[in-house]
Amino acid sequence: MIRFAATRLLSLALSLLMASIVVFAVVEVIPGDPASYMLGLNATPEAVEALRNELGLNGSLWARYIGWVSGMLVGDFGQSYTYRVPVSDLIAQRIWVSLPLAMIALLMSTLIAFPVGLIAAARRGKFSDYSIMGLTQLGIAVPNFWFAMLLVLVFAINLHWFGAGGFPGWENGILAGLKALTLPAIALALPQASILARVMRSSLLETLTQDYIRSARAKGLTRAQALRRHALRNAMIPVLTIIGLQFSFLLAGAIIIENVFYLPGLGQLIYKGITQRDLVVVESVVMLLVFAVILVTFLVDLAYAAVDPRLRKR
Amino acid sequence: MISLRKLNLSIHRLPILKDVSFDIAQGQIFGLVGESGSGKSMTALALMQLLPQGFSASGQVMVDGTDVLALSEAQMCALRGNEIGMIFQEPMTALNPVQTIGDQVAETLLIHGKANKAEAAKIARRMLNRVGLPEDKFPASRYPHELSGGQRQRVCIAMAIALRPKLLIADEPTTALDVTTQAQILELLQELVAEEDMSLLLITHDLAVVAGMADYVAVMRKGEIVEQGQTEHLFKTMSHPYTRQLFEASSHQPDHGAKTQDTPILEVINATREYAAPRTKLFHRPPPFRAVDNVSFTLKRGESLGLVGESGCGKSTLTRAILGLDALQGGEIRLSGEPVLAGQHMPTHLRQKVQVVFQDPYGSFNPRHKVLRLVMEPFHLTAPPDNAREHVAEALETVGMPADAMDRYIHEFSGGQRQRIAIARALVLHPDLIVLDEAVSALDVSIRAQILDLLADLQKRLGLSYLFISHDLTVVQAITDRVLVMQRGKIVETGPTEQVFTSPAHPYTKQLLDAAPQIPADWQAR
Repeated sequence: MIRFAATRLLSLALSLLMASIVVFAVVEVIPGDPASYMLGLNATPEAVEALRNELGLNGSLWARYIGWVSGMLVGDFGQSYTYRVPVSDLIAQRIWVSLPLAMIALLMSTLIAFPVGLIAAARRGKFSDYSIMGLTQLGIAVPNFWFAMLLVLVFAINLHWFGAGGFPGWENGILAGLKALTLPAIALALPQASILARVMRSSLLETLTQDYIRSARAKGLTRAQALRRHALRNAMIPVLTIIGLQFSFLLAGAIIIENVFYLPGLGQLIYKGITQRDLVVVESVVMLLVFAVILVTFLVDLAYAAVDPRLRKR
Repeated sequence: MISLRKLNLSIHRLPILKDVSFDIAQGQIFGLVGESGSGKSMTALALMQLLPQGFSASGQVMVDGTDVLALSEAQMCALRGNEIGMIFQEPMTALNPVQTIGDQVAETLLIHGKANKAEAAKIARRMLNRVGLPEDKFPASRYPHELSGGQRQRVCIAMAIALRPKLLIADEPTTALDVTTQAQILELLQELVAEEDMSLLLITHDLAVVAGMADYVAVMRKGEIVEQGQTEHLFKTMSHPYTRQLFEASSHQPDHGAKTQDTPILEVINATREYAAPRTKLFHRPPPFRAVDNVSFTLKRGESLGLVGESGCGKSTLTRAILGLDALQGGEIRLSGEPVLAGQHMPTHLRQKVQVVFQDPYGSFNPRHKVLRLVMEPFHLTAPPDNAREHVAEALETVGMPADAMDRYIHEFSGGQRQRIAIARALVLHPDLIVLDEAVSALDVSIRAQILDLLADLQKRLGLSYLFISHDLTVVQAITDRVLVMQRGKIVETGPTEQVFTSPAHPYTKQLLDAAPQIPADWQAR
């Protein structure tokens, strides 16, 4: 198990290295000079050149890459060209919106999907199964920004249970923060829960046809006991894969929902960074997201091994 | 003690079992024999009330004075594993891969509330010891994937007998195992029956297995018991024609008087194939595993050569090399004088000369293609001829299938018919050599006899050479002229089939022959 974790960790480090090279290279070949963008159309070439020097854009590729990576290792992501503040400050503000939002959404999605998938599998072919499957189909089909607006209309405008958008900041109390994140989290969680429930159901049904379930029944386990004691854990591998993918998606892909609810999250930050040629911000946020995705993949790998002893040997 | 009276079973009004009646006395081994689809497994599942959905049973199934057909599901759960235990055919998949073997055996006790956790673990340990998995080699913390098929079947047996049930049902318990492992498992079952005074319902397709094991035998066909009686008496009289037919099919000797020529078709010279062993430490890799170790033999034109050995002996690796699917690390394989090379390096005209028929008539066809396309498949080696349909029709007719079969899908055919189609597919390019990799192992005895006849007939008509790979000694004895015995990657004995079978020279050959179940010679009906 320790060896398994060590090899996974090594591959995590290598993936990060590769990703940093790719991210750096892509940003490097993007057309458009941040210095001339920042100074506007009427800037003199001398002013642009001076700013380029100030921003450190004139060093060799290699030196800039090393500088960028070694800076990131100690938490220094450089200065934003447009905001004129350290990128790490920008990220720090935003991540405390995006990360909790993703985690709440994932928690909701999992808490809904597990029992729902379990019930559908246990009651396969019955009315409850069909209705659940129909609802999940709907959950996947409904665009989440539309669903988000519907939530705002019902719960914010009509019922006044929640605010319609914005984020008060954690300094105004955890409850207020959570309250602001509830509707966006629901909007994000619904389609994910639908997907996860379907995966859970089909994975369980597949597992239930296995020979060892028959063996368990021959030992005297009831159908429900066989499902709980033998099918559930074996059905987890595909479910874990989906959960891992969903977390990455929720962290980086919440941009539309962030816009609907006016949340200052990472999605917004990176969107603005791109439109304003604030390449330091783009590079750093992308790298951070890559790190998050790779870290989640690593954790999912560990979870696989925890679930399935056959994987621990590799 | 166990008594079935007029058990009828149907699915959506389609009858599966008709008036099945028999009794199993305490401490008795009752053999239930029949071909696939005869209803023997369904009888067992009816006893356990584990029938798939849609089945309805009527009649009486008395277990120790209670009619299980009248019991509720909850009462059945209390009975299963406690009064009746059951083991199945596929030990490889019969255990939960993510639970330790100790936990799985202990679960039987826990689920019935017969012991607390610590006691259950202790009893599970004792049971594992009892079935031949001693603690020093097989701690209870082992997972199923760390055990072989035979060892896993032992765990299944421990699971089934942990509560000392009155009846153990064993549904084809050794069909998926090698002969020597089969002999050990059967011996274990016999011992347990004697020790625990338990009854055993042994379900098998193999007459020789029941002959050696059962006190009492029932023969099933199409959901009915055609004959039952005390084992020796039943074998000696064989009063029902079906029993006789089954017996004759199982020892069927096809007439394979094909002429062997002196020219070699296949020469294997010092073939060696190694697999890298997995790393045990970061910078240490144990020496590679030699799957095929310096193997040499010659197969002559028109000859039928058998290759026998247990699973893991290197048969499949050698076969893959002969077919040009895997490269060798040492030595050479020559097909009609030309070297066999792996992958794209092998010229198509050479590849055309050797075709293969695999074991599984269900898995070896793409279910989405019609038979025409399936049988035509080898033509990708050459260009498909304009009259491909005629070629396919000819091949199908050669194997005794109607030509119009080509416009149907593979699921419309039975296992025997599929194997005929597989042979047609092998024949369509007019090869010289056909590799038959366990080609009749999955078939019922009567179908097997027909396919063996077909193979013998084809050999005579078309002058084919066969490399016949099998773990089944009876079949190899029936169809081959010469035989190679393989053990741990090496050919340990080779010689004319008759000679190897009657006076084996190598101890391993002797061991294999001794392990193979036999019907006593003086039992055989006239």
